[in-house]
Amino acid sequence: MTAPGGGRGGPLDDPQASGGAATATLESALAPTAPARRWGAAGVLRHLASNPLTAAGAVVAIVLVLVALAAPLIAPHDPIAVDLPHRLRAPSSRFWFGTDEEGRDIFSRVVYGTRISLSAAAGILLIAVVVGVAVGLVAGYAGGWVDEVLMRVTDMFLAFPSLVLAMGVAATLGASLINSIVAIGVVWWPWYARLVRGQVLRLKQEAFVEAARVAGATDRQIVLTHIVRNAMSPIVVQMSLDVGYAILTMASLSFIGLGAQPPTPEWGAMISVGRDYYLNQWWYVTFPGLAIFLAVMAFNFLGDGLQEALSPETTR
Amino acid sequence: MAAYIGRRLILTVIVLLGMTIITFVLSHVVPGNPARLLAGPHASQVQVEAFAHRYGLDRPLLTQYWTYITGLVHGDLGVSLTTRRPVLDDFRQFVPATLELVLAAMFLIVLIGIPLGMLSGVKAGGFLDHVTRFLTVGAVSMPVFWLGMILQLVFFRRLSLLPIGGRLEIFDQPPPHLTGLFLVDSLVSGDLRAFGAAIVHLFLPAITLAAGSLAVTARMTRASMRETLGTDYVRMARAKGLSEGIVLTRHALRNALIPTITVLGLQVGALFGGTVLTEVVFNWPGIGLYAVNAIQNLDYSAIMGVTLLVSVAYVFVNLAVDIAYVFLDPRITFAGRVDA
Repeated sequence: MTAPGGGRGGPLDDPQASGGAATATLESALAPTAPARRWGAAGVLRHLASNPLTAAGAVVAIVLVLVALAAPLIAPHDPIAVDLPHRLRAPSSRFWFGTDEEGRDIFSRVVYGTRISLSAAAGILLIAVVVGVAVGLVAGYAGGWVDEVLMRVTDMFLAFPSLVLAMGVAATLGASLINSIVAIGVVWWPWYARLVRGQVLRLKQEAFVEAARVAGATDRQIVLTHIVRNAMSPIVVQMSLDVGYAILTMASLSFIGLGAQPPTPEWGAMISVGRDYYLNQWWYVTFPGLAIFLAVMAFNFLGDGLQEALSPETTR
Repeated sequence: MAAYIGRRLILTVIVLLGMTIITFVLSHVVPGNPARLLAGPHASQVQVEAFAHRYGLDRPLLTQYWTYITGLVHGDLGVSLTTRRPVLDDFRQFVPATLELVLAAMFLIVLIGIPLGMLSGVKAGGFLDHVTRFLTVGAVSMPVFWLGMILQLVFFRRLSLLPIGGRLEIFDQPPPHLTGLFLVDSLVSGDLRAFGAAIVHLFLPAITLAAGSLAVTARMTRASMRETLGTDYVRMARAKGLSEGIVLTRHALRNALIPTITVLGLQVGALFGGTVLTEVVFNWPGIGLYAVNAIQNLDYSAIMGVTLLVSVAYVFVNLAVDIAYVFLDPRITFAGRVDA
């Protein structure tokens, strides 16, 4: 059983994925020893639906995506516009989650925050996967000194506690939403590089890759058509496990003032401003926090379920 | 064994060197004008140039790296713009508070997380197992800072049971400085009042910081316990007619603990990250709060100093775990570990 979030030196760390040393390996946990069992899309869906927690996670995740897409239709009030006469109101039928110190409707802000958190998570994973897959493919396929150099660089990054390094990178780039997305992505790619490299090393030995080579396929064709396609499923599993953790990390950076800046309705940034008010206005931080909690939990359950469905041999 | 430890030490030196390269690139190469970043947002052009000259930022990169690393070796982490003191001096003041918090959290993790994982592993599928699973997934999904605030709302605001933050009440006299850990210092000096105050103040921050790692530790201990219970030697012990208590404690538990120790070592990284968030919520005067104040004041030397300090500490904790591992599990060899 892999903990949601995968190994990252974070709270969701997975000892299976880390082997114990600072030079931890993800491969041991995530590289299947046998080729991944291939289930059709219908089979995967059936498997997901069979576990109630996974199903619940999937439903909540879908709802969150819909909320993000339809935010302007759902939010009853403008998330940014100041409305001082209604400042710091308790939750009511008019302001479901109450209002903040500028009179803004917290429910509307939480709804818009879904948009920001989900797209930030997507951005983080995009950077981590694109860089990680590229490095992992080159290292695994080229082998030799190229592999050695790339993997040592990867190790250097993995030796940092991830939130602390992300903090350092974000502080260097300057406090903004985009910069912290970049910062977290920069800190996360080594996990994908290791994962992909492990896959490539395994797939390189497979008969179908040998066959393709004998048949005269170029390296480029082999990597793109045979290796990438077969390495996809563990990458997808890892991404699904990481969505929740990406949301959490983003909110943490915003909370300490490095991510989204007020008045952006980002969940962590809202809680950060709420520190001045929450003792008397409990709703100020409670609802954005619940939103983070719900979203992270939903994606964690979904990721766990996807892992079971897509790579059954890695779960116990 | 000596060879293993020796190699592990060499590897650590390489990792530390690599880390300095990354922090060097971050602080000297990525920013367009590193001197402006170091001198702070309010520095004049003349001050910026003075900074550039003093830290050799106008020299070739390789020379700069040499200056940077010799500085580090001598403990020169720059000067904090906020406190106007060398960052290293600030660390002396703020590190003990963080250390006390992290140790307290570790204590809770070991005291609660491991037994919880053991019990749910032994009685897998039982009521306790389900409750543990639910709680652990909840705990890893919760933002640390939010958990802290909710605990404050409940235990400070509503129930008035525990203090909201800080290490002592404002008017409390801190115990005489020996280690900087208030719990230890107050005990050694026999100041039971300060000891009581310190422990009451430590309660909520320690729980907040521990929650996520406690959950992961419990989950992993459970998995490890399940695995150990399925091994031949446990089956053998049972077949010999040993009592279940002896089988569990002597055979299963001891072996199941080995992977748990690795998890604990890795959790230290999570605790260091979490302490930044926890200290802000509880106004805990450690390096996390120091770092966040630095972020808000664009105090770049202090930020990079904390990044480096925490990361180096993390590397050494993992080194210690790896060495402890050799003593716990004689089968481990260096080669085996890396290829595993």
